[in-house]
Amino acid sequence: MTTTPKSSTMTGAEIVIKSLIDQGVEVVFGYPGGAVLPIYDELFKQNQIKHILVRHEQGATHAAEGYARSTGKPGVVLVTSGPGATNAVTGLQDALMDSIPLVCLTGQVPTFMIGNDAFQEADTIGITRPCTKHNWLVKDTDELAETMHEAFYVATSGRPGPVLIDIPKDVQFADGTYQPPRNFKPKAYQPKLKGDTADIQAAVELMEGAKKPLFYTGGGVINSGPHASTLLRDLVEATGFPITSTLMGLGAYPASGDKWLGMLGMHGTYEANWAMHDCDVMVCVGARFDDRITGRLDAFAPNSKKIHIDIDPSSINKNVRADVPIVGDVGHVLEDMIRIFRARGAKTEKTAVAKWWDQIDEWRGGKCLDFLNSETLIKPQYAVQRLADAMVKHGDYYVTTEVGQHQMWAAQYIPFDAPNRWMTSGGLGTMGYGCPAAVGVQVAHPDSLVVDVAGEASFMMTMQEMSTAIQYGLPIKIFILNNERLGMVRQWQQLLHGERYSSSYSEALPDFVKMAEAFGCVGLRCDKPGDLDGAIDEMINVDKPVIFDCLVEKHENCFPMIPSGKAHNEMLLSSSVSADNIGDAIKSDGAVLV
Amino acid sequence: MELKRGSSSHSAYHLRPALKEGEERRTLAVLVDNESGVLARVIGLFSGRGYNIESLTVAETDHTGHRSRITVVTTGTPMVLDQIKAQLERMIPVHRVRDLTVEGPSVERELALVKVANAGDLRVEALRIRDAFRAQVVDASLESFVFELTGSPEKIDAFVDLMRPLGLVDVSRTGVAAISRGPGEM
Ligand SMILES: Cc1ncc(C[n+]2csc(CCOP(=O)(O)OP(=O)(O)O)c2C)c(N)n1
Ligand SMILES: [Mg+2]
Repeated sequence: MTTTPKSSTMTGAEIVIKSLIDQGVEVVFGYPGGAVLPIYDELFKQNQIKHILVRHEQGATHAAEGYARSTGKPGVVLVTSGPGATNAVTGLQDALMDSIPLVCLTGQVPTFMIGNDAFQEADTIGITRPCTKHNWLVKDTDELAETMHEAFYVATSGRPGPVLIDIPKDVQFADGTYQPPRNFKPKAYQPKLKGDTADIQAAVELMEGAKKPLFYTGGGVINSGPHASTLLRDLVEATGFPITSTLMGLGAYPASGDKWLGMLGMHGTYEANWAMHDCDVMVCVGARFDDRITGRLDAFAPNSKKIHIDIDPSSINKNVRADVPIVGDVGHVLEDMIRIFRARGAKTEKTAVAKWWDQIDEWRGGKCLDFLNSETLIKPQYAVQRLADAMVKHGDYYVTTEVGQHQMWAAQYIPFDAPNRWMTSGGLGTMGYGCPAAVGVQVAHPDSLVVDVAGEASFMMTMQEMSTAIQYGLPIKIFILNNERLGMVRQWQQLLHGERYSSSYSEALPDFVKMAEAFGCVGLRCDKPGDLDGAIDEMINVDKPVIFDCLVEKHENCFPMIPSGKAHNEMLLSSSVSADNIGDAIKSDGAVLV
Repeated sequence: MELKRGSSSHSAYHLRPALKEGEERRTLAVLVDNESGVLARVIGLFSGRGYNIESLTVAETDHTGHRSRITVVTTGTPMVLDQIKAQLERMIPVHRVRDLTVEGPSVERELALVKVANAGDLRVEALRIRDAFRAQVVDASLESFVFELTGSPEKIDAFVDLMRPLGLVDVSRTGVAAISRGPGEM
């Protein structure tokens, strides 16, 4: 493909490829079919863009999410019409909930057949309207280039998210004019980056007077770019305030930092949740007061003034009223905040804050993540700890997860000292996310260690992507905490449904070691605590995809836990729940909540 | 006949149920690019997030710039109403959202076509009420009239209610169109 700086005539399919190249795209995750054959033909003729053939379109979307989350660049997906598009829906909604920039290209039946129930026709625009940030049906090849460039702008600017372009097959064949990207902005959509100085000033004043301050940070810090994480660290050091984060924000502030309280929320630490409950000034940075975080709303941080920094005005005052709302990009706002804070003399209520730290240290002393270890059985927490130690020793690691107990243990026990290293499905909670996401991460970082901390049930939802890993030589590691249970479901049934374990067994499980071998991967199994370190080292050192079947205690529960509908100070701890009282540990009034 | 002012519990389509505790009614003007699917997006936002729509009108108001104006009457708590505005504002084809109820005085008008079929005294009575409401007769036959009435939704509710015992057959309403008072642009 020649590079022509000015507009020129080409086919729609050529325009698609040219736009991708001009947008700096290096990798496309996709799956071909009748309605995208012209685009696949153009992919075949060039070698600037690498195409990763997944094994299911859902895998393409999660792989693109993993790629995007670990690089900060948009992930690109290419799928066919009808079933190709519908299979991509889960990943689009996942990316929407977690604000991940994706550009999804779908083939469509030719324009003259739309609406006729043609073969593999689906109303892709209608189906994906609520699960994309925006979508477009391109009916005219002349509009294709502009739409492609607009799509990249929309996906990556403001609060990032997935977008979709539906391209009928005749539009791919027809000739049209190519326009290179220009400094393009849609007329209506112009997200605000700079925060209001007066608001930032008001926030700083609140922080100066705070006696029990707390930073509560989220995925928005990571989306704002590595610079925002650096600024966050500066601000935390400058103020000396404690910091906690949502599941999505892990790594923005280093887990090894002394101001770090651990994750907050439903399975957050005792110290983080109590600090949330008792704080007097909460500085929320790029988080959205999700129900996993707030618990019971009317008991949420009852005595606090809340500063809320978010690029999306609709996130502010949605669940919780902000006293000082600041609309803007986290990086921009933090920069101004630090400047103003310093210019005013970097004042804080030092004595009061020191007392607050004493209180926090007392909470920390409860060691809420301690668990009863066993000599004979591998406790899942222990397995994650050993994995974490080995990864830290190895260095340069990325972690993805599936969804369930193992996901929460991974969040609790694996330390992240940098952003973009932790990929998990937070908002949608999509089982099957982790394996394809690991594929996407490994494509972006071929020499790094990429581990999917998995549950056996989740892994079975998208495990066919191991075949993709083999095809492209991606040595991802699937570390299964195999409890032979839909563990998180079982935990809720134990706590909330009278221990009636309705369909929460993983029955008829495959032999994962044999399955690994059938895929061409390496299979490892471990069921003794003493063998764990050696087996983990073997997993890390082998330069091939690995499925690690770690047989763990089957009935371990994930604590701490704030049951749905409860307040932060009504947290359940492993030490307070015993075998005899577990059925009544939660009264059922929260059972209606998820 | 019993008539509650400002309520439509007697109207043909129950367009304005009484407000729930803590809720308010707002009229929003939304300026959008007139591209395909834009109305579906706006309606999808309301249905997907469980917001109320009492009335919604849309038409292209700028043919050269391809802009449409959507007028939507909605109800909710102040927090929900702020959410609705923020959610609308962040949609890609939305240029501007104005809360006509809150941001200063505005006029609201709705147009209705009301068909009655009747004879004798009822016919005379229908015409008398038409005079009182200043409705136009836009179609007449020996056994029917079609009235055109413009006014506030409450006025139309009242008119329709009065026509009910007089042989009301059919009502077609446009929904509310609204604009701010004074010289200012949207
Ligand atoms: C696609 C999907 N279906 C159902 C659920 C509900 N769900 C949440 S956790 C869970 C069990 C997961 O089991 P496993 O992957 O083995 O993880 P564990 O909790 O045992 O660690 C289920 C079924 C979900 N989150 N996603
Ligand atoms: Mg399991």
